[in-house]
Amino acid sequence: MKDSVKAVALISGGLDSLLAAKVVQDQGIHVEGLNFYTGFCVEGHTHSIRKSLSDARARAGKPPTRNNALWVAEQLGIKLHIVDVIDDYKDVVLNPKHGYGKNLNPCVDCKVFMVNRAQTWGFMQDGGFDFVITGEVLGQRPKSQVRDKLELIATESGAEDRLLRPLSAKHLAPTLPEREGWIDRDKLYDFHGRNRKPQIALAKSLGFDDWAQPAGGCCFLTDPEYSKRLGDMWKSRNTREYSLDDIMLLKVGRHLRPSPNYKLLIGREEGENNYLEGYKNQFTAIRINSHKGPLTLLDGKADDTELELAARIAARYSQGRLADKVEVTVHESDGVNKVFSVTPLPAHEIQKSWHV
Amino acid sequence: MSNPELTLDARHLLCPLPVIRTQECVASLKPGDELTVIATDPGTLHDVPAWCRVHGHQLLEAKKEGAEVIVRFLVVESD
Repeated sequence: MKDSVKAVALISGGLDSLLAAKVVQDQGIHVEGLNFYTGFCVEGHTHSIRKSLSDARARAGKPPTRNNALWVAEQLGIKLHIVDVIDDYKDVVLNPKHGYGKNLNPCVDCKVFMVNRAQTWGFMQDGGFDFVITGEVLGQRPKSQVRDKLELIATESGAEDRLLRPLSAKHLAPTLPEREGWIDRDKLYDFHGRNRKPQIALAKSLGFDDWAQPAGGCCFLTDPEYSKRLGDMWKSRNTREYSLDDIMLLKVGRHLRPSPNYKLLIGREEGENNYLEGYKNQFTAIRINSHKGPLTLLDGKADDTELELAARIAARYSQGRLADKVEVTVHESDGVNKVFSVTPLPAHEIQKSWHV
Repeated sequence: MSNPELTLDARHLLCPLPVIRTQECVASLKPGDELTVIATDPGTLHDVPAWCRVHGHQLLEAKKEGAEVIVRFLVVESD
């Protein structure tokens, strides 16, 4: 066996990547973890922004949300490198060669990108890394984890037979680490399909009784509501581009588009209002003066009639929703302030089609 | 010669960006340097110490001061 074999593991923070890394580590391989931050990661943000969620955790005696990838690294005793790929990842989201899944999730291209980056990262480290590990399971996801896609990911990423999927290895052709004898194929697994029981049994046999189970996966792009907002943003701007601020703001607040030329972002609670405050100078900001109410940002351009409607909508979500009149100030981004005294828009006049 | 008083301003960044910026900053530091990270995302109070533990850096302090999180640690040579 080679003196010191090293593998780089893609660590999402979920159970499969934890197990894949552990199985290889238990064969005496030096493993380090990589976690890519695309900007669409579900981890942390929404809990950080939404005070009600973090307060609820505190009330339940739970610690603040942890970074699951770091937690996994601690459990395994491996180093974890978190890499900012926000800019490079745009091409994956905007121009996925293999298309999108059910929503705006470019899962195949995403995996090609991540394996490629892991391989490149490994080469660049002192001494180099010999192969890449992922927690992919054959048949677990109907589009991105079927056999031909797993083969395509290995080929297009450039990792080829230096890509090992320990959880499904026995269903796949032997990889270089297996052929070279760095890894004993007999000690790898034959997991297949969507059934999670084999992973849970393996986790328990390895002594794990706690792991992250993110609802809907770890990427906002798999979320229908989020994808709808992203699609709406592209359509309204007539261009498919985004900045980090754009994609963060899509995670926050109620989004209502009463007209193609503007959208309202309405804070749902204190944490979201605080977060939106950070953007008040980049947008038209709508504040309720006479009652307690959310901060509303207006993204786009609106004339005075539209501003008044926006003020009525903002008032609808304030504590003055049932009042005859609510005083609202609209702070336009050019520094002009306009005060409106408006009747809050009744709930039935908030059109369903406005909700983005 | 180590540089004992380095501060990273990670305020207004949401996790995991404070960790990423910490990691990038440490890449240019030497063993023995001390880094103070100031952040506003409460998750930083746990995430930066966790990152220090997995990389073997010596945590000196992690505290909340008003709306800010302050984490101070000593850079230890990587094995």
